[in-house]
Amino acid sequence: MAESMAHESARQVRPVSATGRNRRRASQDGKGWIFVGPFLAVFALTFLAPIGYAIYLSLYRNQAFFGGKVFVGIDNYTEALRDPKFWEAFGRVAAFLVVQVPIMLILALLAALAIDSARLHASGFFRIVIFLPYAVPGVVAVLMWGYIYGDNFGLAANLNDLFGTTAIQPLSARWMLPSIANIVTWEFVGYNMLIFYSALRTVPGELYEAAAIDGAGTFRTIRAVKLPALRGAIVIATIFSIIGSFQLFNEPNILRTLAPNVITTYYTPNMYAYNLSFAGQQFNYSATIAIVMGVITAIIAYIVQLRGSRESL
Amino acid sequence: MSTLTSPLRRKRSKLLTGAMVLYLIYTLVPLLWLLLSATKTQDDLLSTPGLWFGKSFAFFSNIKQTLTYNDGIFLRWLGNTVLYVVVGAGGATLLATAAGYGLAKYKFAGRRAVFAVLLGAVAVPGTALAVPTFLMFSNLGLTNTVWAIIIPSLVSPFGLYLMWVYATDAVPHELLEAARIDGAGEVRTFFTMALRLLAPGIVTTLLFAVVSTWNNYFLPLIMLSKPNLYPLTVGLTQWSNQATGVGARPIYNLVITGSLLTIVPLVIAFLLLQRFWQSGLSAGSVK
Repeated sequence: MAESMAHESARQVRPVSATGRNRRRASQDGKGWIFVGPFLAVFALTFLAPIGYAIYLSLYRNQAFFGGKVFVGIDNYTEALRDPKFWEAFGRVAAFLVVQVPIMLILALLAALAIDSARLHASGFFRIVIFLPYAVPGVVAVLMWGYIYGDNFGLAANLNDLFGTTAIQPLSARWMLPSIANIVTWEFVGYNMLIFYSALRTVPGELYEAAAIDGAGTFRTIRAVKLPALRGAIVIATIFSIIGSFQLFNEPNILRTLAPNVITTYYTPNMYAYNLSFAGQQFNYSATIAIVMGVITAIIAYIVQLRGSRESL
Repeated sequence: MSTLTSPLRRKRSKLLTGAMVLYLIYTLVPLLWLLLSATKTQDDLLSTPGLWFGKSFAFFSNIKQTLTYNDGIFLRWLGNTVLYVVVGAGGATLLATAAGYGLAKYKFAGRRAVFAVLLGAVAVPGTALAVPTFLMFSNLGLTNTVWAIIIPSLVSPFGLYLMWVYATDAVPHELLEAARIDGAGEVRTFFTMALRLLAPGIVTTLLFAVVSTWNNYFLPLIMLSKPNLYPLTVGLTQWSNQATGVGARPIYNLVITGSLLTIVPLVIAFLLLQRFWQSGLSAGSVK
């Protein structure tokens, strides 16, 4: 999708520059590597090499008694696919994804449409304040919400005191996942709102004029003009959110100290991989879990992208 | 890009504004809680209502305590964070800008392959990379050094994508042709001419790189075990963890004040630079 965008823009520019200087251009074009090379070198070291190394690790297993490692082929993978802990963790982030991502994106979309509608008082103020949580480090957001949720001195405790109950228990087993979803939503609505809002700003004014001449009202204009213009942005935001959900780690890992009995060491696939490595020294199996999650994420992101771009035709 | 919504410029709606105010409250309440809590002593934190002041106003003593606790380790963490941000995010922005420019303005062989590899890599979860990166760096003797944090921070695929799209439109081909005819080298043209045209995109890329480096938690968590190399994020969670377990020594007031101090620089940066990043995003990232 990004490529088609870049290409489209390139196509618009080319007719100007292609007027007979193609030969000179071609001789210069190889020099593009001067600019792309440094990035790719670091990229290879920090992205490609670890991926390769993870694949290598996933094909071996450490021997407990004799030391050294043995090649086990796909044994680690078959173990992972039969591992109830992995599937429990996976099920949890999948449930999180299905509920939290639509809520977050719809809130972001509504906020963007409201701010773009020109019918809001002080829209610039809303835009910046709603975006503000994005500037709050995730760790700080979780610490803050964690304390707010807590029955020590949090707002949850205040509310319980106020109503004389103990009904509000955000850190209990039942409410933990919604509590995490709330933190993530709080952090990222503003960021997604900004992506949508930026896309709305690129809609040419003539389209609105045409819609108005056709007698389209506010909601008709949203459906016929604004939502189509947002499609690319929605696909991008959805893909980023899916990746983010599958990688869920910071929130549960930090909340774990507040609710160690609720959040297990395999609460999310990411936590599972982390704890296998750093608590269990099972690096090979940990790498396998990480790769399986990576492949699943990539496939789903790819499907979303395909569907998103096909429907736009 | 037109800001002309005039045909729709109807009356401002109180209902819509009201609904947005509700969301605004949701956004601000936790931050207000943090701000108020930072004015309380630990006793007040545990005994007074969350959304109002405590019995004593301990804001300045909290700040002083935060900065001096444990021989001023907080300042050390702040310094580390600044180092990681300046070198990591600064380097990431430079690399992404150059690469985005190169991809947008030169049609060399392998360009499409670069794109495919990038897109594929972005979809790979951070943890799939984190554990093997840790093991690799461990073999190279890089864990527990600043390089373990800085090197991975140098790559920002999102920044590259943003600069690529931005450079496509922001730097006209004719200008590059003219510079070539004048005999300027490619690298010189980039530094003397293109950089200036790319400025709004660069500020946006830099800001987002700063945020992701400043907020980085997972990577330093696994790479570093020496507290004097920690960034603020890992340091604060370590303070928070002191409240539980054997020999618990809760310092809630310091965690809260430290959290507030961690947020402030980024909020200020976003507020001061909002003109840049808002125009950079709308012109560059999403069309």
